[in-house]
Amino acid sequence: MDNGSASTVERSDPPTRKPLWRSQAINKFTQQNLPACKPVLTPTWVILTFLLIGTIFIPIGLVSLHASRSVVEIVDRYDIDCVPEQFKSNKLGYIKDSSYPKNCSRTLKVNRHMKAPIYIYYQLDNYYQNHRRYVKSRSNQQLLHGLGSNKTSLCKPEQSNNGLPIVPCGLVAWSLFNDTYKFIRGKSELNVNRKNIAWKSDRDHKFGKHVYPFNFQNGTLIGGGKLNSSVPLSDQEDLIVWMRTAALPSFRKLYGRIEENLHANDVIVVNLMNNYNTYSFGGKKKLVLSTSSWLGGKNDFPGFAYIFVGSYCIVIAIVFMLLHVKNSRNTHVGYN
Amino acid sequence: MCRGIPEPKLTAMDAMIDKLTGAIFVFQIVVVIVLGIAGNVWKDTEARKQWYVKYPEESPWFELLIIPLRFELLCSIMIPISIKVSLDLVKSLYAKFIDWDNEMIDQETGTPSHATNTAISEDLGQVEYILTDKTGTLTENKMIFRRCCINGVFYGNDSGDALKDVELHNAVSSRSPDVIHFLTVMAICNTVIPMKTKTGDIFYKAQSQDEDALVHAAARLHMVFVNKNANILEIKFNGSTIQYEVLETLEFTSDRKRMSVVVKDCQNGKILLLTKGADEAILPIACPGQQTRAFFEAVEQYSQLGLRTLCLAWRQLKEDEYEEWSLLFKEANSTLVDREWRIAEVCQRLEHDLEILGVTAIEDRLQDGVPETIEALRKAGINFWMLTGDKKNTAIQIALSCNFISPEPKGQLLLIDGKTEDEVRQSLERVLLTMRITTSEPKDVAFVVDGWALEIALKYYRKAFTELAILSRTAICCRVTPSQKAQLVELLKSCDYRTLAIGDGGNDVRMIQQADIGVGISGREGLQAARAADYSIGKFRFLKRLILVHGRYSYNRTAFLSQYSFYKSLLICFIQIFFSFISGVSGTSLFNSLSLMAYNVFYTSIPVLVSVLDKDLSEETVMQHPQILFYCQAGRLLNPSTFAGWFGRSLFHAIVVFVISIHAYAYEKSEMEEVSMVALSGCIWLQAFVVTLETNSFTILQCIAIWGNLASFYFINWIFSAIPSSGMYTIMFRLCRQPSYWTTVFLIVAAGMGPILALKYFRYTYRPSKINILQQAERLGGPILSLGSIEPQPRPILEKEVSPLSITQPKNRNPVYEPLLSDSPNTRRSFGSGAPFDFFQTQSRLSSSYSRNKDN
Repeated sequence: MDNGSASTVERSDPPTRKPLWRSQAINKFTQQNLPACKPVLTPTWVILTFLLIGTIFIPIGLVSLHASRSVVEIVDRYDIDCVPEQFKSNKLGYIKDSSYPKNCSRTLKVNRHMKAPIYIYYQLDNYYQNHRRYVKSRSNQQLLHGLGSNKTSLCKPEQSNNGLPIVPCGLVAWSLFNDTYKFIRGKSELNVNRKNIAWKSDRDHKFGKHVYPFNFQNGTLIGGGKLNSSVPLSDQEDLIVWMRTAALPSFRKLYGRIEENLHANDVIVVNLMNNYNTYSFGGKKKLVLSTSSWLGGKNDFPGFAYIFVGSYCIVIAIVFMLLHVKNSRNTHVGYN
Repeated sequence: MCRGIPEPKLTAMDAMIDKLTGAIFVFQIVVVIVLGIAGNVWKDTEARKQWYVKYPEESPWFELLIIPLRFELLCSIMIPISIKVSLDLVKSLYAKFIDWDNEMIDQETGTPSHATNTAISEDLGQVEYILTDKTGTLTENKMIFRRCCINGVFYGNDSGDALKDVELHNAVSSRSPDVIHFLTVMAICNTVIPMKTKTGDIFYKAQSQDEDALVHAAARLHMVFVNKNANILEIKFNGSTIQYEVLETLEFTSDRKRMSVVVKDCQNGKILLLTKGADEAILPIACPGQQTRAFFEAVEQYSQLGLRTLCLAWRQLKEDEYEEWSLLFKEANSTLVDREWRIAEVCQRLEHDLEILGVTAIEDRLQDGVPETIEALRKAGINFWMLTGDKKNTAIQIALSCNFISPEPKGQLLLIDGKTEDEVRQSLERVLLTMRITTSEPKDVAFVVDGWALEIALKYYRKAFTELAILSRTAICCRVTPSQKAQLVELLKSCDYRTLAIGDGGNDVRMIQQADIGVGISGREGLQAARAADYSIGKFRFLKRLILVHGRYSYNRTAFLSQYSFYKSLLICFIQIFFSFISGVSGTSLFNSLSLMAYNVFYTSIPVLVSVLDKDLSEETVMQHPQILFYCQAGRLLNPSTFAGWFGRSLFHAIVVFVISIHAYAYEKSEMEEVSMVALSGCIWLQAFVVTLETNSFTILQCIAIWGNLASFYFINWIFSAIPSSGMYTIMFRLCRQPSYWTTVFLIVAAGMGPILALKYFRYTYRPSKINILQQAERLGGPILSLGSIEPQPRPILEKEVSPLSITQPKNRNPVYEPLLSDSPNTRRSFGSGAPFDFFQTQSRLSSSYSRNKDN
C-alpha cells in the first residue's frame, strides 16, 4: 500500500500548473498529511509551566496588592445618619417631603496623606442599575439628536408626560442621583472640580450639544434630580456619568475631583444635601474619597487572587514533582 | 432488483448528540422555570420597592410570563444552533478526505473511493459487525481454470496450472478420446456466445464467470469455440472444424445445480447429452458401472484447496429416446402452472446414467490484502459475518483462506442445518450449548448456516438465533437470498449493533441499504451496489483504512467538536445566569447582542472547525494497533459521562470568569459595557486555551485559526469601538489601555486552565487511557518499549504480520490455497507477538472475553 500511495503522489503532482510548493501543500492537506507539531504533556514541561506561572503570578500579586494598599480611601455612609432624629422611624416620609430641609453635615478624618487628584465618588449599594427594565429604559438616539428622534418607545415607562415627550427620557435619566456635596477643610472650602468627570467620548458622541432638557421631571411622580434646561445634555456631566449604568448592584460614580493634597489628620467637613431616596428599598449611600494607583482604586481582590493562583500553581508543581520522583523510582525498581 | 427507498441514516453519534441536546433542553427549561419563579418572587418582594424601576401597581396576569420568557431568551443559546452547521461542514470535509485519499485509489482501474453519503462518517468508527458478501467482495470474481481431473488422471497438480501441464498438452495432441470429450463439454456445454472482432480475434460473452473460464481454458487447449450461428455451433480443433447443432438447452437453476445441452454431431448425426454441474448433482446420476471414487477424491481435494469444482459428464442418446423426451420437454416448457418444477422433472428424466468425464477446478482468487484486512479489523473488535450465495464448502474454504475463521484446533466450526423445523431447532440448540461452553475457551468459534435452515431459524427460533448471533463473533451464512441478507442485517441492528454491509453485486443492494453503513465495491458485477451504497471503494482492503483511519478520525473529531460546542454555549449561558442573580433576577443580558452573535458564529466556531485536522494518533500507529478502535466502538469519547465533564468544565469556567471579572471590575469600574467585555475576553481567552489543550497535533492551520481568532477578536472589537454610534464605542480601546484589564484576563486564564491542565496531565501520566499510552509511545518512542525488552518494536511486528500473508499478493504468482495450509502456525505466531497490545480483551463488551482472559 505504501508503494502505491507514493506512486500516486508522484503521478498527481506534475500535471498541476500551480507552483510546486502550492500543489504540494494542497496535496498534503487533502491527504491529511500537513506537518504537525504534536506536543506531549511530559512531566518536565508541565511542572516547569506550573512553576513558571507560580513564580510570575506571586510577584504580580504582591505588586498589585501593594498598589491597592497604597490607595488611600475614606468611605462614609451617611444615608442613615443624615436623617433627623424625629424621622428615624419614617425615613421615607422625610425623604419624600421636599419641605423638610435635606442638608446634613459630616466630618471626615484623613488618616493618611492623600495625593491629588483625589476622586470623590458616591457609592450606592443594593441599587440595581442593571435591572433589565431599568437598563433598557433609555433612548440613545434621543440623547444625541434630541426631540427630532421619535424613538422614545424604548423609554417606557418614562417616555412622555402630559402628552409631551420628555428629554432625556427613560428611567435612567429620571432617576438621576441628586445628592450634592461641599467640602470644607478648616475654614476654607475645598475646590471640587466637577468638569471632565464623564467620558470624553460620551460628551462628544453620545450626548448632543444641542439637545436641551425638556419636560423633564414635570410629572406627578418625581424621580431623582432635575436638570438645568438651559444647559445642553453634552454638558450635563452628572447625567452622563449616571447614564453609564453599572453592572453590579453596588457601584461608585464619580462626583468630582479635589485637586489638592489632603494631609494626614486633616479634618474635612462635608456639607451635603441628602436628596436621593434609597430608603424605600434599603439601599445605602456612601461618600468616598479616594486616591488612585496604576491599577485604579482600592481593590485587594486582584492581588489576593494572583497570590492564590500563583501559590496554588507552585503547590501543584511540587505535588507533581513528588509524584514523578516517586513514580519513576517505582518503575525503576519494578522493571529492572 | 428493487432498490426501494432508503431511509435517511442517522449515525449513533448524531443520536447521542440529539439525546444530549434533549438533556440540555430539559436543563434549560428547568433553569427557565426556576429563574422565572425566582424573578417573579423577587419582583414582588423587592422590585416593587425600587421606585426607580417603576413597576406598575396593577399588571395583567400575563406579566407573570414576561420574566420566564426573558430567561428563555437568555438561555436559548444554551443549545448551540451552530453545532448543526459546524457538524455538516466537518462531515462534508470527512467525506472529501475519503474522496481525496490517494491510498484508497484502486491502482488497477484508477477508481477513487467515494463517499456518497456525507453524513455518516463517524459511524464508520463505531462499526461492530461487518456483513460481507463473498464473491467479488472478498474474491476478485475473476475465474481462472486451474486444475482438472480427467478420467482419474490429475492435471495441474504440480505446477498449479493445468494449462501449463505438459502431460495434458500431450494428451490433447495424442487425441486421447477422454480428453477430447472433456474439452468438448468444456467448450460447448454453456450459454456463451463467441464474438469476432474486426481483427479476427474471438472474445466471449458469458453470463457466468465460470463458463467464461472454461471456454477460455478449452481454447487454450486448442478446442476453440469459434462461432454460434443460430443453433449451429462451430468448434475448431487442431485446424479441423467440427459443427454441432444444439437441440435443447437444459438451463441451470440453483435447485438442479447442473445444466445440460443436447447436441447433434453434424458429422455423424449422433445425439449427445453434455452435462456439467456441482458434484452432488452429477456424481449420483453416473451410470452404474462407472467407478466414481476417483472423482469424489478429486472434488474433495480441490475444494480443500478452495477451488470451485464442476463435474463434466456426457451420454450418448438414442434417436427415439431423444424424440420421446423432446415432446415431454416441449410440453413442460409450455405449461403455465409450476413450469419450473415441471421442467426440472422432465430434465431429470434425461439426465441419468451419465458417463463422468472429469472434474474441473476453477480458482476465484482472493483480492489483495483481504486476510490482513480481516485480521486487522477483527483485532479492532469488529465481528465478521459472511453472507454468500455460494455453497457451504467453498464458503468455508474461502473463509479459512482469508483469516475469517481459524483452522482446527484453534478454531471451531459449528454447523446449523436441517431440513425440518425440528432438525433445525435441535441443531440450533446444540450449537448454542457448545457456544456457551466454548466462550470460556480461547477458541475462535464460528457457526455455519445455510439458507434453508436460516429461513426456519429466523422464522421460528428468532430468539435463540439472536442469542447465537450475540455470542458468536463469526458466522458464515451460505446459500442465502438477498432478502435473507437484509433480514440478518435487520436482526443485528435490532440488537443495537452498528452494522456495516459490504458487497459488490445487485444481490447485495438490499443488505447495503438496510445496514447502518453500506459499502459497495465497484467491481466486475457492475456499479449497482456501489451506487446504492454510502461508500464505494475499489477493493476490499480499503475497508481497513476507511474504518481505522477515516472512521476513527471522524468519530474523534466529531466527539470533540460537538462537546466543545456545548461547552462554549453553556459557558456563556452560565455567565448570563450568574449575572441574573446580581441584576435582580430580571433577565438582563450581560453581553450585548452583537457580542453574543459573534461569540457563537465567529469567535468560537472557527478554531474548532479546524479541529477536523486533528489527529490523536498517527495513521501508522492506528493501523498497527487496530484495537484502539475500541474507544470509538464503545463510544468512549462521546457519552453522558464525558459530556458531564465538559458540562462541569463550562460551569467551572463560568464561575472563574464571572467571579474574577465582577470582583476585579468592582466599584468605580463596574460600568456595564466594560464588565461585559472583560467577561467576554475571559471567555475567548479560555476557549483558545481549551482548544489548544484538547488539540493533539497542531498544523499550521490550527495555529492560525486558534491564535488568529484571538487576534481577530480584538481586531473586530476595536473596529466596533471606533464606531461612535455603536454601544461599545471606545470601550475596547479604553480597556486595552488599562493594566487591570490585562491582569484580569491573565488571572482568568491561569485560574481557569490551571486545574484543567493539572487534571489532564495527571490522567495522562498516571491514569492513561490506551490512546494516551500509544501517544506517548508514538511521540517519545518511550514507555511501552521500556516496559520490557522482550517485545519487539511496533514496526517489526507489522512486517512480521504481513510477510506470511503477502504470499497471496500478485507479485507472488502462487495461487491462493498455497498459504492456506501452511499459514496457520504463522498466524499464531503473529497473534503472539501482537499480544502486548491485546489490551482490549479485558474491556470487550462481550462477557465471554472476560472469562477468556481469566483463563489466560
